[in-house]
Amino acid sequence: MKLIFERSVPGRGQKIFPSCDVEVKLPDVPMRASAPRLPEISENELDRHYTALAKEARGVNDGFYPLGSCTMKYNPYVNEAIANQKGFTDIHPLQPADTVEGCTEVIDTLEKYLCEITGMDHMTFQPAAGAQGEFTGLLTIKAYFRDKGDLNRNEIIIPDSAHGTNPASAAMAGFKVVEIKSNEKGMIDLDDLKSKLSDKTAGLMLTNPNTVGIFDENITEITRLVHEAGGLCYYDGANLNAVIGIVRPGDIGFDIIHLNLHKTFSTPHGGGGPGSGPCGCKDFLRDFLPGERAVGTGADAHYEHALKSIGSLTAFHGNFLIMVRALSYLQINGGDGIPELAHNAVLNANYIMEKLKDIYPMAYDRICMHEFVMGLEKFHKEDNVSALDVAKALLDFGIHPPTMYFPLIVDEALMVEPTETETRETLDNAIAAFRQIYEEIVKAPAAVTASPQTTPIKRLDEVLAARHPVLRYNFEQ
Amino acid sequence: MIDPKELKYSKSHEWVRVEGDEAYIGITDHAQESLGDLVFINLPEVDDELTVDEPFGDIESVKAVSDIIAPISGVVVEVNEDLIDEPEKINEEPYEAWIVKVANFDGVDDLLDASEYDTFVEEEEDE
Amino acid sequence: MLHDIGYRDWDDLFRDIPAETRLKGRLDLPAGKSEAEVARIMERTADKNRVFHTVFRGGGAYRHYVPAAVNAVAGKEEFSTAYTPYQAEISQGILQSIFEYQTMICELTGMDVSNASLYDGASAAAEACAMTADRKRSVIYVSETVNPRILEVVKTYSFGRDMDVKIVPSADGATDTAALQEMLGQDPAAACFLMQYPNYFGIIKNADEISSIVHAAKAQLVMSVNPIALGILKTPGEIGADVVCGEGQPLGLGLAYGGPYLGILAATKKNMRKMVGRYVGETVDSQGKRGFVLTLQAREQHIRREKASSNVCSNEALCALKASVYMAAVGPAGIRKVAELCTSKAHYLADGLADAGLKPAHSGQPFFHEFVTECKDPSALLSTLQDKGILGGLPISDHEILWCTTELNTKEEMNELIETVKEVLA
Repeated sequence: MKLIFERSVPGRGQKIFPSCDVEVKLPDVPMRASAPRLPEISENELDRHYTALAKEARGVNDGFYPLGSCTMKYNPYVNEAIANQKGFTDIHPLQPADTVEGCTEVIDTLEKYLCEITGMDHMTFQPAAGAQGEFTGLLTIKAYFRDKGDLNRNEIIIPDSAHGTNPASAAMAGFKVVEIKSNEKGMIDLDDLKSKLSDKTAGLMLTNPNTVGIFDENITEITRLVHEAGGLCYYDGANLNAVIGIVRPGDIGFDIIHLNLHKTFSTPHGGGGPGSGPCGCKDFLRDFLPGERAVGTGADAHYEHALKSIGSLTAFHGNFLIMVRALSYLQINGGDGIPELAHNAVLNANYIMEKLKDIYPMAYDRICMHEFVMGLEKFHKEDNVSALDVAKALLDFGIHPPTMYFPLIVDEALMVEPTETETRETLDNAIAAFRQIYEEIVKAPAAVTASPQTTPIKRLDEVLAARHPVLRYNFEQ
Repeated sequence: MIDPKELKYSKSHEWVRVEGDEAYIGITDHAQESLGDLVFINLPEVDDELTVDEPFGDIESVKAVSDIIAPISGVVVEVNEDLIDEPEKINEEPYEAWIVKVANFDGVDDLLDASEYDTFVEEEEDE
Repeated sequence: MLHDIGYRDWDDLFRDIPAETRLKGRLDLPAGKSEAEVARIMERTADKNRVFHTVFRGGGAYRHYVPAAVNAVAGKEEFSTAYTPYQAEISQGILQSIFEYQTMICELTGMDVSNASLYDGASAAAEACAMTADRKRSVIYVSETVNPRILEVVKTYSFGRDMDVKIVPSADGATDTAALQEMLGQDPAAACFLMQYPNYFGIIKNADEISSIVHAAKAQLVMSVNPIALGILKTPGEIGADVVCGEGQPLGLGLAYGGPYLGILAATKKNMRKMVGRYVGETVDSQGKRGFVLTLQAREQHIRREKASSNVCSNEALCALKASVYMAAVGPAGIRKVAELCTSKAHYLADGLADAGLKPAHSGQPFFHEFVTECKDPSALLSTLQDKGILGGLPISDHEILWCTTELNTKEEMNELIETVKEVLA
């Protein structure tokens, strides 16, 4: 397909801006030598270009998207409609507090909902994504121990099954990462945990259910051990969809958490973002939270900073329009509907797993939560068909592949998360596709390794891309 | 590929070739094979000190990154900068594509010889 | 379904979760409501905000015209509901749009490489500074003329990474180059100098001189830019910047009470592998056809884990798409035009306000679309303006206001503002 620059014709363009109604006056400073080579294109051509690109993209609205650990649920239209109101989109972030009472109400109400759901006391909405929420939480832990004068605690304990963001966030916050092992049941090895707890432990970062889709049944024992050692417990809310309305991190020993509003609380993923990663905490950590919040109404309205704030993560109040969507979503589901989200998410995952486990090897033979992991090492060894091949074969069935090669502790992993918004018919369809691929693996593995056949482009040379990076269009070619 | 007899090997899959007062370090055929197509290498700088069993650089394939562990201690006197543009040379000729040359080195005697290394690799694969 | 796979009831399905860890009772939240009810509730909530139709406030977020094509294109569900394009075969549309975005940012900034986006301009500045640090150089110098909100984020990130942040003082609203030279010259651990272009007070000054000073000290120059201003100004690439960051919100994103916005991050080829966040690169498929993939991923957290230079995972892809559509819609002539409109109007307003009695704080300094005036009682003036439906400039101290104009401010509006100021000061 043509790049937009290849559709450009000199002198073509659109009339967007008015002519200047005052004297044209430019600052007397050095100016750019030449104009940026942006496309020169009519609106019609522009629209056709992006329509063509859209046809070569796939969203949840196109079909089943069981991408493990990503919670690709359907996002209701009403959220979009609500977030697109001028009363939200046209508000300057530095408007006086008494002119943004609607924004304040959104943030305060959302905080109430999410604190009730998580068992936390306070929440900051400044982090723009889950990873930034993690970073916020870890900085808060760091500031807390600094404030207590305990400078010795510089280690964060993280299980080997964790998302890469966990160790990366801990390192960014200046902590040493101490990895602990998972046992044969996919849970934390308690002996390994005990051996690594010390007066250097600042905290434990945990995703529960974890990335293999298993709820750690020793969770209260784990958080008790960490607290006894003097550390804090951090809950990564990446997988909250499995237990929302059923388990509250604050009730099982967690002191600080982050949530992914764009996953659990429904915002379309936008091809990689934007997200929103609020960080919630218990009362004793409140003074360290970042950012400023509008408080009060009318003449009393003003902005406040936390007393010992770690500072700020983004320039203003975080990704506000994502908060609007999350609040709409929560109000529609309500206290009664929220646990049903988890019920159906877990049911859908177990349904697929049960219907496939006779032929696809599961990494852990037990009930899963909202997602499960297959370990296809056997196919790889015996039939020379890798997890990647199975994933690519699914493309030919119009199904977005599961997450591949994660978590790292399972060889040839495929991680499947159907979410609660899919119907039984969709799940049956996916099960049939998986089973048909299995038959091909047995009978004609070459067909599987040669997939996909129906996509507009075949397998791409990633080695070439990485060895000789071409990261922008070359106008001189 | 047969691992050359005249080289010494570490359990972290590096090889060492001693030439007089200097020693060359690279990664073994087994290492490049398990990493797959290499796309980039992070090299140390001249004068950097290597400490046995500590990483001194790393090497990237498309979907993975591995530390390169110092099999011996020593001081870097030269780095193979050709590898920055052509990391694939390690895939093609792992025992020619040296990564660093070190002087004042120590610890060669603790390394494995070719047959010991081959046995070690077999044992590791059986696990 | 539940029975079909052998479970008695929900409790049975959730039996792996120990009873003592489960929530006792129900969530103390209102019952679920219909779509129609929630739409009405949220409409009332939005109505509690005041939408100003005349805005003279910037300070890091700017009210510009958003071409209709921007939201129409970004609203296409194949874009908006897609995940990160890890499966390249079915994501060429997303990947190509990011590749085009990277190219446009390179063109605008004059840099060699751009990533696929970061959260916002402030977090991009923090990551940009961190990119320049290594074992030997880890002190970050920041001009006093950088937006204090950006500075705060840089400091917050530096608290995590245990890096020092030192402030270089200003003279008459611009970086004090003599002080910069002295501070950097004496510090072999200086990693970079972060400047803003145009700066927080709207001023454009000494960029070339600063570049020479910074490079003479063997540090790197990080420039935080306003992308609209680059429609006319000498580019960071021409000035010699090593890393460029910026708030991309002016490129077709609404004000939205602060987000989602767009973090721009671009760099020289030399810094290509130190870049944080995602890249899209060009390659070919098994039949030789041009295609695009996420590339140089071994830098990132999902592979390098605690050794990654940043934890960034989600970015602002849909906002980057909006910025691309904006840049494509306005084209090279439009980006120049909007920059000219912004700065011409600011010059008109500055003159008018000076005549009305608001003395310019930095008279004679060249500025883009923001400028500072002195004012005895900013809050009294601003609240009078507010009563007239005008969001006035930003009070930045007890005696200074930072004003901003964009192409949306008409001469009529500016005259009304000037008249009101005259009345208040009279």
